[in-house]
Amino acid sequence: MALALTDEDRAALGGERGEARRLAMRLVCTLAEVMDADGLLDVVGAHIDGCLYHGPTGLDFARRLADAGGRVVVPTTLNVSSLDLLHPELVHLDPGTSNEARMLMDTYVAMGCRPTWTCAPYQLAERPAFGTQVAWSESNAIVFCNSVLGARTERYGDFIDICCALTGRAPAAGLHLDAGRRARAVFRTDRAPARLLEDPVGFAAVGHVVGATTGTLVPAITGLPLDATEDHLKALGAAAASSGSVAMFHAVGITPEAPTLGAATGGLAPQIDASLVAEDLRGARDALGSVPAGAAIGSVSVGTPHCSVAELEHLAGLLRGSAPKIPFFVNTGRDVLAAAGERGVMAALDAAGVTVVTDTCTYITPVIMDPGGTVMTNSAKWAWYAPANLGFSVAFGSLAECVASAAAGRVVRDEARWRD
Amino acid sequence: MTEIRTLAPGRGRGRALVLDDPLSMWGGLDPADGHIIDVHHPQVGSVVTGCVLLMPTGRGSCSSSYVLAESIRSGTGPAAIVLLEADPIVVLGALVADELYGRAVPVVVADADTYSRLLPGREVRVVANADGASITWG
Repeated sequence: MALALTDEDRAALGGERGEARRLAMRLVCTLAEVMDADGLLDVVGAHIDGCLYHGPTGLDFARRLADAGGRVVVPTTLNVSSLDLLHPELVHLDPGTSNEARMLMDTYVAMGCRPTWTCAPYQLAERPAFGTQVAWSESNAIVFCNSVLGARTERYGDFIDICCALTGRAPAAGLHLDAGRRARAVFRTDRAPARLLEDPVGFAAVGHVVGATTGTLVPAITGLPLDATEDHLKALGAAAASSGSVAMFHAVGITPEAPTLGAATGGLAPQIDASLVAEDLRGARDALGSVPAGAAIGSVSVGTPHCSVAELEHLAGLLRGSAPKIPFFVNTGRDVLAAAGERGVMAALDAAGVTVVTDTCTYITPVIMDPGGTVMTNSAKWAWYAPANLGFSVAFGSLAECVASAAAGRVVRDEARWRD
Repeated sequence: MTEIRTLAPGRGRGRALVLDDPLSMWGGLDPADGHIIDVHHPQVGSVVTGCVLLMPTGRGSCSSSYVLAESIRSGTGPAAIVLLEADPIVVLGALVADELYGRAVPVVVADADTYSRLLPGREVRVVANADGASITWG
């Protein structure tokens, strides 16, 4: 079926709006055909992942657009980069790569993107309203945007993200449309340990299992505690988008499109209906971190996705009674850093000897040069990717377990929490 | 007659590398040498360079378009990609590498019957044009 385009779409495609818009519109239209869209729709914002450097291709592409006069036409935020511009001494890239990474960042800013440098754009002061259409990249941001904010994005990746921002258009398909957002898989957590689900680590374990099981189906999760915070939901989504391709979930009774299970499924019978118990969640924990309780660790890294103000406050409180005796890294965004600083949180973290990393993350760029052994993390995403990216062995646990382990120099586990 | 759908045009031939699970290119493929580095993937250690890469669909990180394009640019990428389900992130990587460097790595969606005949190690040839595609094997 031919794609239905507006006159303005055709003008962009025909080059009447400049070479950058022509190339961007061509790629958006190609993607729309791949996604079987009938046409395109307007987006009111974008979040760009292409500013993280993986080699010359990304810079060549950004420059092609910028040199051709490309300017974003909707408010556009930028994901983590390869550098920490606030603490440049923390990143140990070779000078050539560092220069190219900086040029990539500058090129996106030159196209009008905001230098937010965070993987958690949903923690910025301005974020998309319920029901609005956006084009977001970064898997954890996508799943949060769809699930928690109720704004609508497909699972966009590098290159297409900036094309949507330059054209203000995206394919009218998939998760942009009501039909694509209905749950087709159900995961029940009523029988999972209640105490475990009080902590984001329990949500991360649920997310890991859901992501590995649900395939391309939108999952609905029942039985989660109704007072779950955005940090809990962030942990679930990031885990599910790492172990699988989850771009949206419904937490029944919690997320805005799932007041009931029936509302989440739209009445459709689920293709998967599974119940998660303690053993499943311990299995997720042990799959994410192969290093058992009692084993020595050399470093701790938390804040993937970037810590919120609430998480930094919680961390500062935990560290007050329990100073780390090994290197302890925390990743956050520069806007959250500023907000937390105003509340005195950063001074407390500094006093505890924590290394704060902004604008980037410890699993995507060389920050932890000598882990001193196993690295412990509270992040399912970090635990999933770090073994391949960095060659580290990983222990996985809650933020409280990470702090206790950092004080002890070995994995300290609140084992009772992981049991019924 | 089977139906092969073009997602990204081009021609490629090579030995079939059939992935048991979807691969996230980012965190899963090292564009410097074409190795699969995802420790969670059953085929970790395999090399995709010059192969006709078969996988059910894409998975995981949004940076996979970039990493695929980077591997094509540096000559470590697959000769062609055959999917069972269309995946936008894989397609974008191939399209951008073609746009920037003129290296057209075809990406196609095959029907389940054709896909199942492309056994590991078989010599496979993919020709993908805007109006249709074909897969042949020896």
